[in-house]
Amino acid sequence: MYRFHKLDKMTSTRCAVCKYFRRRCPPDCIFAPYFLNDNPQRFICVHRFYGASNIGKMLEEMPVQLRADAVDSLYYEAKCRIQDPVYGCVGIITSLHRQIQIAQSQLAKAQAEISFLDANFVGFEPTPSLSESLVQQNGFEQGLDDPFSTWFY
Amino acid sequence: MGSGSSPCASCKLLRRRCAKDCIFAPYFPPDDPHKFAIVHKVFGASNVSKMLQELPIHQRADAVSSLVYEANARMRDPVYGCVGAISYLQNQVSQLQMQLAVAQAEILCIQMQQQGPDQLPAATHPSMMDCDVKSLLLSGNNTSDFGDQMPQFLSYTSSSNNVIQDPLKRESLWT
Repeated sequence: MYRFHKLDKMTSTRCAVCKYFRRRCPPDCIFAPYFLNDNPQRFICVHRFYGASNIGKMLEEMPVQLRADAVDSLYYEAKCRIQDPVYGCVGIITSLHRQIQIAQSQLAKAQAEISFLDANFVGFEPTPSLSESLVQQNGFEQGLDDPFSTWFY
Repeated sequence: MGSGSSPCASCKLLRRRCAKDCIFAPYFPPDDPHKFAIVHKVFGASNVSKMLQELPIHQRADAVSSLVYEANARMRDPVYGCVGAISYLQNQVSQLQMQLAVAQAEILCIQMQQQGPDQLPAATHPSMMDCDVKSLLLSGNNTSDFGDQMPQFLSYTSSSNNVIQDPLKRESLWT
């Protein structure tokens, strides 16, 4: 009875990682806070691409308060890679770049139209449009300075 | 041994014989050891090998490029990796959407002012007669069409944008 009780205690408190590897989960297990045993798929997904030892090393190298976000981002990237085995989340980055190009082009056209309408409206004093002042304020001109744009192309 | 007599970068790093059919050889030439080193550090050689084996040959080069990109992003930002880049770009898209909506509302305003009240379409609400950009935006004249095409991933870089939810907190994405 004692043996079964001890086994129950061990299995019920193991994190998903230690449960996967069928090992004892120590009190200071580095994975335990981020891979709860009620969500085994989360670890399986991340382990498939990064491997448990790489994840452990990554977590050890960063402050404790950042580890939750790091695991979440690893999980996100792993899920993207499952959905798109060739490009993973880089496919999403490419798509966002395209969206930005389209939006910049549409914005330029809209601003050109505003300038045209302003110029052709008799008696209307052309002033810097609200959209132009927003562009100046936020710095989103054509040829956006994007630190990630040169990586992949 | 890949294309020549020298082992590929991966076999060099792993200190093993580079077989004729080495899966890494076409994508990790010996003259660029850093490329494999960084992918191995983040993903591990065996995981990369498994990923490549699951793909048709003509897609492997692109897969390796994307893995190198992700590994570089993770080295640059160990906490957020590529997700940081996605957040940044998503924020840019939102900003541009907003600017486009303002510009389109402004065009509508100018057109209404130019046409005069007796030439407006019959369906025009009387409140639109006194036109200003803010009221047009609030009345839902946002005609931008790409806001819903991508899932709203991240907002941790922009506290002012309350449309994008923080996906690090969203149950459907992160758990």
